[in-house]
Amino acid sequence: MLEKVLMKGNEAIGEAAIAAGCRYYFGYPITPQSELIEYMAKRLPEVGGMFLQAESEVAAINMVYGAAGAGARVMTSSSSPGVSLKQEGISYIAAGELPCVIVNIMRGGPGLGGIQPGQADYFQATKGGGHGDYHCIVIAPNSVQEMADLTALAFNLADRYRNPVMILGDGALGQMMEPVNFDSCKAMLTDKPWATTGMGTRDKPNSINTLQLQPEKLEEVNVHLQAKYALLQTQETRSEAIWTDDAELLVVAYGISSRIALSAVKRARDQGMKVGLFRPITLWPFPKSELADAVKMASAVLVVELSSGQMIEDVNLAIRCSKQVYFQGRTGGMMMKSSDIYDQILQIIAPQGGN
Amino acid sequence: MKHEVIIAGFGGQGVMVMGQLLAYAGMAEGKHVSWMPSYGPEMRGGTANCAVIISDEPVGDPLVSEPTAAIMMNSPSLDKFWRGIKTGGDLILNGSLIEKEVGRNDIHRYRVPINQIAVGLGSEKMINMVALGALLAAVNIVSPERLLSCFAKKFAAKPAILASNTAAFQQGYDCVAKRTL
Amino acid sequence: MSNKVFARPRALTDVATHYCPGCQHGIVHRLVAEVIDELDIQRKTIGVVPVGCSVLADQYFNVDCQQAAHGRAPAVATGIKRVHPDKVVFTYQGDGDIAAIGTAEIVHAAARGEKITTIFVNNAIYGMTGGQMAPTTLANQITATTPKGRQEDSAGSPIQLSEMLATLRGAKYIERVSVNSPAQMAKAKAAIKKAFETQLSGAGFAMVEVLATCPTNWGKTPVEATRWLNENMLPQFPLGVYKNANEV
Repeated sequence: MLEKVLMKGNEAIGEAAIAAGCRYYFGYPITPQSELIEYMAKRLPEVGGMFLQAESEVAAINMVYGAAGAGARVMTSSSSPGVSLKQEGISYIAAGELPCVIVNIMRGGPGLGGIQPGQADYFQATKGGGHGDYHCIVIAPNSVQEMADLTALAFNLADRYRNPVMILGDGALGQMMEPVNFDSCKAMLTDKPWATTGMGTRDKPNSINTLQLQPEKLEEVNVHLQAKYALLQTQETRSEAIWTDDAELLVVAYGISSRIALSAVKRARDQGMKVGLFRPITLWPFPKSELADAVKMASAVLVVELSSGQMIEDVNLAIRCSKQVYFQGRTGGMMMKSSDIYDQILQIIAPQGGN
Repeated sequence: MKHEVIIAGFGGQGVMVMGQLLAYAGMAEGKHVSWMPSYGPEMRGGTANCAVIISDEPVGDPLVSEPTAAIMMNSPSLDKFWRGIKTGGDLILNGSLIEKEVGRNDIHRYRVPINQIAVGLGSEKMINMVALGALLAAVNIVSPERLLSCFAKKFAAKPAILASNTAAFQQGYDCVAKRTL
Repeated sequence: MSNKVFARPRALTDVATHYCPGCQHGIVHRLVAEVIDELDIQRKTIGVVPVGCSVLADQYFNVDCQQAAHGRAPAVATGIKRVHPDKVVFTYQGDGDIAAIGTAEIVHAAARGEKITTIFVNNAIYGMTGGQMAPTTLANQITATTPKGRQEDSAGSPIQLSEMLATLRGAKYIERVSVNSPAQMAKAKAAIKKAFETQLSGAGFAMVEVLATCPTNWGKTPVEATRWLNENMLPQFPLGVYKNANEV
């Protein structure tokens, strides 16, 4: 095993991307992800890659479209307001089935919002964001090590499914440092015979065009995309379940919130309370059946997010509203304390467990 | 064992690097560690702080609201954090910049003239090593040898500063160690 | 035995285009294709087509192509060229695409000296959406969204993109041409060739602005349209070389 290094989450994403074979990066500075763009500016030329600071988020995502269409492993990154600007391009990328990785280190919104951590872009990331019926694969790490491991996974999934993959982090994960190694960050490269590389010896030119003026044909495109998404839902859901087997109360959280929640759940377990934690790692496809399994013994669910309640809708859908679902959220860049979550766990459990 | 440390001061006092060194040393000792900065406008002029966790168990919540130990490099930082320190915890106060008393008898308080010591050794830049020396004398989070070897590694490109920073660390250490003996 | 003196360029596909009668896109396509043939770069060229009337041009150019979101062709081309610096990348864009919604992208591609070639077809109107005002619509010109003519005090004045881009150091070759007569076509083709050669030499960004007719949306016959272009567009958009850093 390689020695671990102490790194910021943003930097770990950059190093993992390079380990996974990414050699092209287009981006625009925005807090709190600027360490990533700066890291790529420094590191990519060292490995024979190419870094470009674009004139806008809009230009950056379209450079990604071009580079991905030309067959490259390519990435862009931003934070919430910048990711809003990228949505048009992401829709085109999804329609063109171009593999790429898009990083959103979320901050508090809406509008220009603030620069402290948030998780209020869940809807945008998982439900489309741009126009049309499409999905990004959305992956939510909760540690610096996962920032690395899941970034590498993101590139491999993107190529395998010809689909954009979004890493959904937040300002806290991006800025914090933890030990990390890049042992598992491997490039699994695939052939891309569809890429526009110049015809070369091919008989026919390749074309990437998302326009389809005949509705019958455009519907076929959609049917094809939906078949891919259905496959993703059966093949690529990821989640973590901690102490869920006998959990009477199931806490559900992702990303940084799951770290805060874990401390509260641990404390509750130490006090003998049957509390478990379910953490979706893929937010799309959402681990519905895994959650339905984890919740079986529970009589209540507590969803914790740095938002006013977004993932909670998917939780309710996954468990078909079969349990009482409570919520704890902070917004604007504020973060709950693990003691806040613990207090709510007590409130929920106490009436059920008696004295 | 789980140490939760807050290090706070003015931007420019090196509080972020101090926290990183501590985390780095914890990692080198095979512990689970995390380092979380407060960032944003506070970095420019106001108080800057970071939270370091060094633990035998994997770190859950990386935020620290009730530190087991704290280094307060200036007055505004102290105002912000003194109430939160856990009973029985350790507080290193920069006596060079903080005059006020801390009205808590349930924690160990160490007033260390951090700036004076660093200036006396030739450079105010070394205040962070004085402070870390004082902290590690007060509470055994990582071994002093480990911290110094991590310093040497981190600043391998500048070997000239090792000796003076080691001296700064030692004086900070002695300042607390001798007082508690 | 007969000698073939006129044939479809290899860089054009053998299909009928969707362009209206009298539209000059077809001419411009042909000139670009002839240049690609003459430079023998068909197998290493990647085109980027826009949103607008030429959105389907990937079906006409017999080269690899990507279709870009509205205005973003220079960004898409940048992405391609950075991945394949040894290939030839061109964008083909209309006036709305390049000088309204995509102004930032073309300005910055030129400023970076991106080694791409841009063919800009300026017909002073939005064709595909049915004849609305373009950034290059002339003062007092009637369009679907300027029914009383473009009023400069509220709707602004025509953007002279060639003149603008010529001020940027990264832009190495900029010329405005028309294809209104055989002689003009010959000049236009020479300009397009120079623009591709600028890329092949690695010098930097090159653009040819081609003034073109849109009889359908101008409400004119093709012959009237060529006359209207000469009388009205030429004074606003003078032909000529605006930048030729290759000679320096």
